Formats: sequence, structure tokens, C-alpha cells
Amino acid sequence: MLKNDPHIGSPRNRVDGPAKVTGAATYAAEFAATDLGHGYIVESAIARGLIRSINVAAAEAAPGVIKVFTHENRPQTAWFTYKYRDQVGPPGSPFRPLYSEEIQYSGQPIALVVATSFDAARDAAALVIVEYAEKPHLTDLSIARKDAYKPPKKRLGIAPPPDPRGDAVKAFSEAPVSVSAEYAIAPEHHNPMEPHATTVIWEGDGKITVHDKTQGVQNSQAYVASVFGLSSDNVRVVAPYVGGGFGSGLRPQHQLFLAVMASLALERSVRVELTRQQMFGHVHRPETINAVALGADADGKLVSIQHHAVAATSQFEDHQENVVNWSGMLYHAPNVDLRYELAKLDIYSPGDMRAPGAPLGLFALESAMDELAIAAKIDPIELRLRNYTDHDENDGKVFTSKELRACYREGAERFGWNKRNARPCSMRDGRELIGWGMASGVWEAGMMKTAARGVFTADGRLELSCATSDIGTGTYTILSQIGAETLGLEMEQVTVKLADSTLPASPVQGGSWTAASAGSAVMAACQDLQAQLFKLARKIDGSPFADASDDDIAFVNGRILLRTNPAKSVLLAEALAASGEEKLEAEKSASPGLIGPMRYAAYTHSAVFAEVRIDAELGQIRVTRIVNAVAAGRILNPKTARSQIIGGVVWGIGMALHEETLTDHRLGRIMNHSLAEYHVPANADIYDIDVVFVEEHDDKASPIGVKGLGEIGIVGTAAAIANAIHHATGKRLRSLPITLDKLLAA
Amino acid sequence: MSQARPGSAEIPIQITINGERRCVELQPWTTLLDLLRHDLALTGTKKGCDHGQCGACTVLIDGRRINSCLQLAVMQDGKAITTIEGIGQGSHLHPLQQAFIERDAFQCGYCTPGQICSGIALIEEGNAVTRDEIRELMSGNICRCGAYPNIVDAIQDVLVQRSGVIREAAE
Ligand code: FES
Ligand code: FES
Repeated sequence: MLKNDPHIGSPRNRVDGPAKVTGAATYAAEFAATDLGHGYIVESAIARGLIRSINVAAAEAAPGVIKVFTHENRPQTAWFTYKYRDQVGPPGSPFRPLYSEEIQYSGQPIALVVATSFDAARDAAALVIVEYAEKPHLTDLSIARKDAYKPPKKRLGIAPPPDPRGDAVKAFSEAPVSVSAEYAIAPEHHNPMEPHATTVIWEGDGKITVHDKTQGVQNSQAYVASVFGLSSDNVRVVAPYVGGGFGSGLRPQHQLFLAVMASLALERSVRVELTRQQMFGHVHRPETINAVALGADADGKLVSIQHHAVAATSQFEDHQENVVNWSGMLYHAPNVDLRYELAKLDIYSPGDMRAPGAPLGLFALESAMDELAIAAKIDPIELRLRNYTDHDENDGKVFTSKELRACYREGAERFGWNKRNARPCSMRDGRELIGWGMASGVWEAGMMKTAARGVFTADGRLELSCATSDIGTGTYTILSQIGAETLGLEMEQVTVKLADSTLPASPVQGGSWTAASAGSAVMAACQDLQAQLFKLARKIDGSPFADASDDDIAFVNGRILLRTNPAKSVLLAEALAASGEEKLEAEKSASPGLIGPMRYAAYTHSAVFAEVRIDAELGQIRVTRIVNAVAAGRILNPKTARSQIIGGVVWGIGMALHEETLTDHRLGRIMNHSLAEYHVPANADIYDIDVVFVEEHDDKASPIGVKGLGEIGIVGTAAAIANAIHHATGKRLRSLPITLDKLLAA
Repeated sequence: MSQARPGSAEIPIQITINGERRCVELQPWTTLLDLLRHDLALTGTKKGCDHGQCGACTVLIDGRRINSCLQLAVMQDGKAITTIEGIGQGSHLHPLQQAFIERDAFQCGYCTPGQICSGIALIEEGNAVTRDEIRELMSGNICRCGAYPNIVDAIQDVLVQRSGVIREAAE
């Protein structure tokens, strides 16, 4: 036996599990400091206009209040808007808190009360008196869409729709089978369980340590340095545990700005925590309306795909996502016309939320495919197989791998799809209507340049470090697995340090790219350590490796040994000790390279199958079964991987049935800004979720064959549920969430 | 110097937290959650909404599960509070804490202390046997990461272990 029980690919418990189940894991608002000032935010009550006056006298006189900051007395910060840009922001002018008297959206922070306790700050905040000069506002996308426009400047990393191919309109009008409809998705708020918070520790001499709720410590660090004119040496950002992100922590949020501003001005430590209500005052998934028209020949072969989307954005930024491009790459069609437009509203800028764009566009496309299957009298899976494509027709690149056929096959088998009666309303159980639906899913398999360090010490331990985050994704665990496997150690001998801006450079954690990127960087660092250790082992007196080459040896059980004669080995710690060194170090970075991405397109795929049971009289919908078959390359840890997909599916169920941010357009103000009225799935809403990982080998998407799992679970889920609802009831619901009232009225 | 507001005199109470008797003086409006997190630095109990809508702040008061954000601290005079820090630490984990690790019943971990406190009380209450009953009676604890199926698995594991133990004791 040359190998340890392999760590990579085996189900492993989370290495951060003990800290999380005992309450020892510390989140942004939980770091202590002496003389901590507590900040509480006052928000604007109107959606657009000017602050005519803001009276803070009563607030400042309240017990425990240290200072009240407003636009009138805030400290000087950077003048130019570009200084407020961050790694992932869209084109436009980023929001600048307390910048001027101008109000751009309801819920905008207009004052920060800092007091000696949280209660004192909160109570004093209620004493701030504001007079506004209101201006007319618009928050209704159904009105604003008439002024929709093509974003003049593209957002970095988001491909605009490809040029049209053929003549989609003509092909559609001549197609023997066709469907055409509009599909809408309500705005949603991320609502991570941990509200956004920042604790700034004043270290003295202008130095600060910032505990921020962020998915990118170096993004927050660069933002703070740029906005406040600090040298990055004086700003350290640390976020070892993040209570959920889902995209809400990608860009620096206003609590970071406010906490740092107050800390620098007061020269003391300051914490700013948002309340759950205030969590509705920032980033969210944009409301999006899709128009999709599909034309096919009598056999169901697509001849025309048209997909036009309009999404909401703020007045000050053009947030962009990939909503429509999926429709040009998931199926083969000769005539394709895709368009993506924005419409401006008086709201805060939308941002990335779990699989930005994809579940919105795919709800439309995959609902339309279901409608087409019915119109053409073809099984929905068969329709998708007839239109299968082995390259990305948007840019002509072949896929690095695509086992979507296996997803359809294995998912269908697990679900029992062959027992489905295609006729709607045909499967009933007592007072419940049963429906079975399916949809495809797709997401990018991205990789970003990332660096990592490995340090091997005389006690036989390995420490790995990287600035990337673990927002609940399992990053600590998979990096431990990679390190342990490469150097032949036990998981317990490996420590992983993450999310500290002083560690090797990493981009924000998002887009499902962390496992592939940080994982490849860690692998490269560990391979470098392997080489160093081998070199030392060869130098030992009487080394068994005098004539051995790299191929002749293996790293097993804390030793290097000869493959041909495993009895001949050297302890790693012994090799290090003989050299007289105390430790070995390697820092390496991994990047996608230049040639690969030019030739190949890398995507994860899925096939989602849903069973719904619907009370025939009350319209109550339950999603009793989901099978999600995923092709995502190499699976590093089936246990945490399954959890990622389950989480994504739960989000898909929320999108399909529950989640909707409701605005009173007369006031331009969100009405359901609490977890009692903004519904996210609760335990009783979630039944069986079965995750299947189909075999997929990919040697191009990333050096370690990984494609990423954070997003693919949600994509396709809402569409599969909507298709199941149609199968159960014969009613086609094209607006998410599908609530009882919509179902009963349809 | 500003005046203290009427009703803001601090009120002394005695409570037992994780087995330790403590005397604290409190403002009448301080919630049990803020007492734990701010004054006593027991940050294992989480704040997700402060309005009784998420369950992240669940603790055990005299063995019953309760949203600590909905309890005024002054009302706890003479009561025994157990937070996640008192459930199990280090190598002495409660079986449900261990089951959460084995079943991967969390991702970000922020809802987890509340889920575990709630789950422990649920097991004691003895009202849940089936998965449907566990799901229903654990629905006061939201998990935005969506770890629900694994949370149900973890609780079921402990219920099964328990019934095994009870059966052995009876035999
Ligand atoms: S914080 Fe108490 S229920 Fe949410
Ligand atoms: S583990 Fe993240 S909210 Fe439950």
C-alpha cells in the first residue's frame, strides 16, 4: 500500500466544525475592544430628494452618546468617486455614505450615532430630527422598463450578449412549433443569517484592525485605504468566520465605511452592526423581466431562440449580470437573438446574489422549453437531448467537459421519471395534486489568480495560508484535504489560515471559483514543498533516494518512501532536521493561464427534477422531492459538496415559492423588511433533497480538475418547480415567487 | 452633562449562567441576548433579527428553549440559563454537537448554536419522532445556508441513540 486513505475525494467532516458547534467561532460583531464605541445608523425615510435640515442636538445630549456624524460634520474622505471603486463593482459612481444632502434611495444611511453602548446609540438615533425636500421617485420596474437601455459600459467579467446569429425573428415566424411569453422574477434580499457588521479596533498611531463581514478581506482593505487615504500597512482586515455571504459581502458595504470613519475620527475602536431591517437597505438581487420566444421544427429541433431581459439597477450604477447568454450556449440553434437591458430606479444598487443572473435567465428559458415540449408533444428530457450541443455557440469554443447527458440520465433514473404520466393533472393523491417537472442548470466553472503559502515545520506539521474566505463553503476543509494528501499527512497535522489581508493574495470569494483557485494554489505550494523535502531527504547520510527520481517516490504517512520498496523511507521531519532548518516555506500562485480560456469554455451543468404536491382547494404548494444531478468535475469532499448543492436547492425553493421584496411604490419604500414578512424557507418547507454527482473528468477547467459548486445548486431549481406546478395543475405560472394567490387566480 | 432618563436605574438580578451564579445590574430594557453578547461576552448566542423571527438567539432557560432576544434580562432573576458555551466544549461535546459535525448540519455556522440549543430541548420535549415532526418543531430556527435536511438527520441520530439507551436501561 503506497497511499494513505486518500483525503481528496473522501467525505470529511469540516475542520471548523468544533468551533462552530461550541460557539467558539467569532464573527465580525463579536470581537472585543476596550472603550468600544457602538454605532447605530439613521436611515432616510424618503426615496429621493434632499435633506433640508438634520437636527442632532437631542441625540447628542442623550446619555452615553459620544458623537453623531452626518453629511454636515463628517470627516474629509476621498473626493473622486473612482476612489470608492472596489474589485467587483459595476460601472458608475459607487455610493458614498454621508457624502452630501442628496437622498438617492429609501433606507440610505444619513447619520451615524456613536455611543458607549448599543442601546444608547439606538435610543439616541430615534432622536435625530430630519426635514426633507422630497422629489418625485420611481421604484416600479413595470413603469421604468419603457426607458430601458443597453448598458453603455460593460461590467468587468460579465460578457455582454453575443451578436445575433441568423434571423431569429424570421425563423420564429416560420417555425411549425413555437412558444413566446414573459417571465418575471421578484427582487430578493440575501439575508445572510449574520447581519452585516464591522468592528474596527483602533491600534493607535493611525493603525486599525478591521473585523468586517466580507467575502474579500483584501477588497475591503483596498477600499478602506483608498477612501480614507491610508497606507495599506495601516489597515488589516480579518474575517475568519462569515455568517453567510451569498454575494452580499462581495462589495464593501456602508457599515464598513461608517465604522472606519468613526474610528479614525474618534481615535477609538468602533463597531457598527446593521439590524435585520437595515439589511434591506443595501444589496439585493435585481428584479428582472425576461421575454423568451422559441421556435422549433416538428421534431422539436430549435430553429430560433430569442431572449430579451430587462433588469433593475440604481440611478448611480449599472449593475450587470449574465441573464440571457445562457440561452445561446445551452442548446443548439441556428438563429439566436439575445438582449440585455437595464432600467434605472431610485433604489440602492443591486448586486450579485447566489448565481447572479443564471437562475433568472434559466427560469425563463427552462420554463419556455417545458412549454415547447408540451407544444411539440415531446418528453422534456428528450427535447433537451435533441437540442444538445457540445460547444458554446456564443463564441464557438468547445467545452472543457460536459456530462449533462449523464445528469439527465442519472437524475431521471433516481427520480423515477419514466413513471411520469405526461398529461397535466394526471397524478393525484387524495386532495393533493402531484406534479413532476425538470429543468437544466448551468454555471461558469471559473478560476482566478490566487496565491497560497505552505510552511512545513520540524514537528511534522503543515500550515497553509491564503487570503481567501470561508463563508460556509468548506474552504478550510478542502484546503486541509489537499495539503494532507499532497504531503502524505493526517488532516489533524494541517492548519489552514484564511481571510486575513496580510496573507497571500486572493480575489473575493464568489462565482464558485474558490475551490478551483485557492485549491490549485495550495496544491502548487505543497508540490513545491514536496520537491524541497525530497531534495533534503536525498542529502541525508545513507539516503535510500540517492538514485531515485521524482517518479520513484511517494509521500505517505508523514514519510517519503520508495515506491518499489516502501520499507525504504525517510520521515519528513527527519529530512528537515538533518538540514538544520527549522521550517520549509513555499509560496505559489495559480492562474487560469492564457491559452486554455481562449480555446475552451468551462461550465458546470445540472439536471434538476422536482416533485410538488398541491392542495387542490387551498393551492398550498409543497416541494416534496428534489433530485439534483450535477456534473462539476472533481469532487474534493462529497460531504461538504452535497451540503453546497442542498443549500443551493433550498435557495431555489425560496426563489420559486417564497422570496420577494415588496415595495410600496407610492413611498418608494420596502414594506416587508423583516424575516417575518420576507419569507425564506424554514425547516418545514424542505423535504427530500437528493444530490447526485455524475462522473466528470476535466483536465482543463483548473489544474486540480475542480469546477466549483457554490452556485449550480440554485440554477434550474425554480424552473423545475414551476414546470412541476404546471404538470400538477395545468397552470403555467410565469412570475416568481409562485404564491397561493397567483396559483388560485391563474 | 446629560441627565439620566427616568426609569434607567440599574436593577440587580441573580442568575445562573452555564452553572455559574452571577449577580448583574441591568437597565430594565436590556434583553437577555444583549446581556449575553455585550455584557458577558458570551457571543456563542447569535443575533439574527432581534425580533423573535429567526431563532439564532435560542438558549435554554430552566431547560426550555427560548428566543433570548424576546426576553428582558431583568425577568430572569433566579433562573438558570444554558447557552451553547455551556452545552459542551473541547473533547466533551454533547451528542447533538457531535451529530451536527458528523452530518454536516451547518455551513456558515451562524444559526448553529441556536439550532443545537433548540434541538436539545426538542429531544427533551419528546414530541418529535418522525422527520415531519422534527421539521415542524425545528421551524423556529432559520438556516439561510439551507442545512435543514442535515439538521434533521443529526437530530434523528441522537433520538435513535437515545431510544437505544432508554431501551437498554429498561431491559
Ligand atoms: S435574534 Fe432572536 S429570534 Fe432572531
Ligand atoms: S449554517 Fe449558515 S445559517 Fe445555518
